[in-house]
Amino acid sequence: MSITAEETKAQITQETKARNRALIDEVLKVYPEKTAKKRAKHLGVFEEGKPDCGVKSNIKTVPGVMTIRGCAYAGSKGVVWGPIKDMIHISHGPVGCGQYSWAARRNYYIGTTGVDTFVTMQFTSDFQEKDIVFGGDKKLEKIMDEIQDLFPLNHGITVQSECPIGLIGDDIEAVSKKKSKEFGGKTIVPVRCEGFRGVSQSLGHHIANDSIRDYVFEKGGAKPAAFASTPYDVAIIGDYNIGGDAWSSRILLEEMGLRVIAQWSGDGSLAELENSPKSKLNVLHCYRSMNYISRYMEEKHGIPWVEYNFFGPSKIEESLRKIASYFDDKIKDGAERVIAKYRALTDDVIAKYRPRLEGRKVMLFVGGLRPRHVIGAYEDLGMEVVGTGYEFGHNDDYQRTTHDIKDGTLIYDDVTGFEFEKFVEAVKPDLVGSGIKEKYVFQKMGVPFRQMHSWDYSGPYHGYDGFAIFARDMDMAINNPVWALTKAPWKQH
Amino acid sequence: MTAGLRQIAFYGKGGIGKSTTSQNTLAALAEMGQKILIVGCDPKADSTRLILHSKAQDTVLSLAAEAGSVEDLEIEDVMKVGYRDIRCVESGGPEPGVGCAGRGVITSINFLEENGAYDGANYVSYDVLGDVVCGGFAMPIRENKAQEIYIVMSGEMMAMYAANNISKGVLKYANSGGVRLGGLICNERQTDKELELAEALAKKLGTKLIHFVPRDNIVQHAELRRMTVLEYAPESKQAEEYRTLAKKIHANAGNGTIPTPITMDELEDMLMEFGIMKKEDASLIGKSAAELAAAV
Repeated sequence: MSITAEETKAQITQETKARNRALIDEVLKVYPEKTAKKRAKHLGVFEEGKPDCGVKSNIKTVPGVMTIRGCAYAGSKGVVWGPIKDMIHISHGPVGCGQYSWAARRNYYIGTTGVDTFVTMQFTSDFQEKDIVFGGDKKLEKIMDEIQDLFPLNHGITVQSECPIGLIGDDIEAVSKKKSKEFGGKTIVPVRCEGFRGVSQSLGHHIANDSIRDYVFEKGGAKPAAFASTPYDVAIIGDYNIGGDAWSSRILLEEMGLRVIAQWSGDGSLAELENSPKSKLNVLHCYRSMNYISRYMEEKHGIPWVEYNFFGPSKIEESLRKIASYFDDKIKDGAERVIAKYRALTDDVIAKYRPRLEGRKVMLFVGGLRPRHVIGAYEDLGMEVVGTGYEFGHNDDYQRTTHDIKDGTLIYDDVTGFEFEKFVEAVKPDLVGSGIKEKYVFQKMGVPFRQMHSWDYSGPYHGYDGFAIFARDMDMAINNPVWALTKAPWKQH
Repeated sequence: MTAGLRQIAFYGKGGIGKSTTSQNTLAALAEMGQKILIVGCDPKADSTRLILHSKAQDTVLSLAAEAGSVEDLEIEDVMKVGYRDIRCVESGGPEPGVGCAGRGVITSINFLEENGAYDGANYVSYDVLGDVVCGGFAMPIRENKAQEIYIVMSGEMMAMYAANNISKGVLKYANSGGVRLGGLICNERQTDKELELAEALAKKLGTKLIHFVPRDNIVQHAELRRMTVLEYAPESKQAEEYRTLAKKIHANAGNGTIPTPITMDELEDMLMEFGIMKKEDASLIGKSAAELAAAV
């Protein structure tokens, strides 16, 4: 009697699940009882067939642990608004929040910085004691006047509130309204994204989405539209153009015959935001940070939206066809043409890198989208994601994740520094993909690492072009000869 | 910090007469030869007008805002000397509805301490706005600033309510900072059984009624002249009342207690006990005078 391959696989899965459960019990033992009870809800082992990953999410972090999360200001200034290149975003409050978010998240853009685009510059009201005590509204007015004088080609201003603004009750709405009137109806958006609001940066995304709705769509609606529509107009929503991601996505959409009328918000402009309600379909990449405004445009303007995934050829093919299904045969044929055109390129990439990466195991911990979106790209290279989790995902993200992960995958929501280290120690993945705060911890443990927020200063990773770079970078990290040298010669045996 | 320096603070409901009571009492203490520093912690900046004979002095915060920051100020810029060499400082703050006055109090007090404003004084007195609305206004209670808190109150329900609330603030910092409740000062409003009520409340709060200050129009006469009664009519009966209060406070050093604030229900029960509110009065709640008249 011989054991079938399937039986072997099932047995391995059972062993993995048992190990993962034991691992969770082990890390929970270290916490005080109350903390352990709370953290237990965020750690789980995926059971195939279940509608979600079996973990709770979007809940306040337990004090005392090292969380990887950010704040509402980070969600608005750093993610949603910051990349809008022709507007000036004021970090309103004490200098630190602006200083540490200076230069943005590698949201590439075209333009002359300091003249007509401003993404990598930093504007802050640099609050002092007296601004707290006497309020900062007058200072804010002065800053707006200075912006208007010094940067006359700016197309608008946003006020990104730091914590004290909400505490001292400044009326940034009144200041914005007054200055907008003075500047001939310029779009000036007050954003109430004080860092103490919500449990993570996620609420900041929502608040920023709402401010686009209120101050760009509803207040800016009267502007005349010098815009000729076509039946093939789409808007890219939720691509931040990290290392040029949106550009390598855009060319695929354009090659299949669509016209991209807006990019949100990587390399985006105010005019693109304003034009989006004229698109025929909103194609949504980062669901977590921009589903709110997509739903709004659906309800208010009747524009359908579709989620897509441009990481790795399998997901790209699936997504191109899904997007094309909203259009006529011209676009459907276009999608097939694009898929065929790039097949040779992706085959070459896979032929070169798959033998070097086959069977390698990956653990991920990223923000609100990539913990599920990049899994397909790894699998195209023969790799396996054995653990994943979100910093600030919600339940609907964990539901979506079930389509991408394998039975028995270790799931960790809002993972703590301690848990992540213990998990990696025990699971021994060949690669960890997470952020800058995690990078050196794991590299010093001798584990290959790639930053999955900034692409480790590489990219783009979206699209077919991006896949080639992605494959090269993962190979570079995992097969770097340096890992053979991490053990002292006298400890080799 | 000067050895033997006594730091006290006056709290109480807005409009109860904190500033008037405190300035008259401090004037009396000055008469006894004590060297006094008054730190006004009310954005209205009216805690020192009777001592300085002025409408309002330049405040720490307004001068700091002009100069750029408090670090740019000298202590001489903000300190004025008034009646019987009483030194006066006003913290100041923003106009109503703007900014954070509580943070202003914190900034000012830190500035005064760091710049030696307390040197050579026997008494530092903080005069703090109305209720303890936020952490900033609790600054004099915190971090070993004021050792004794005196609550100015009257027989009115809301004044007693505020006194109870302030006691909660004192209790919160009593164990960490060592602050104590010095006692209640009742400023007569001529309500029913006022003295008895004040004494009963003091007992409930685990403290004592330091003094019952009778109502006298001479206080208003003095105020119109921006003077304390001590200066305006030193021979008057009212001046004598303030001298008595000053002596009692002077003798009260180290006798402060950790307050035992009560619940709103207990406070109402107390009013019932004194017949101010009747048990049956529950049926009167929410009824207008006309409705009650119709019901009879």
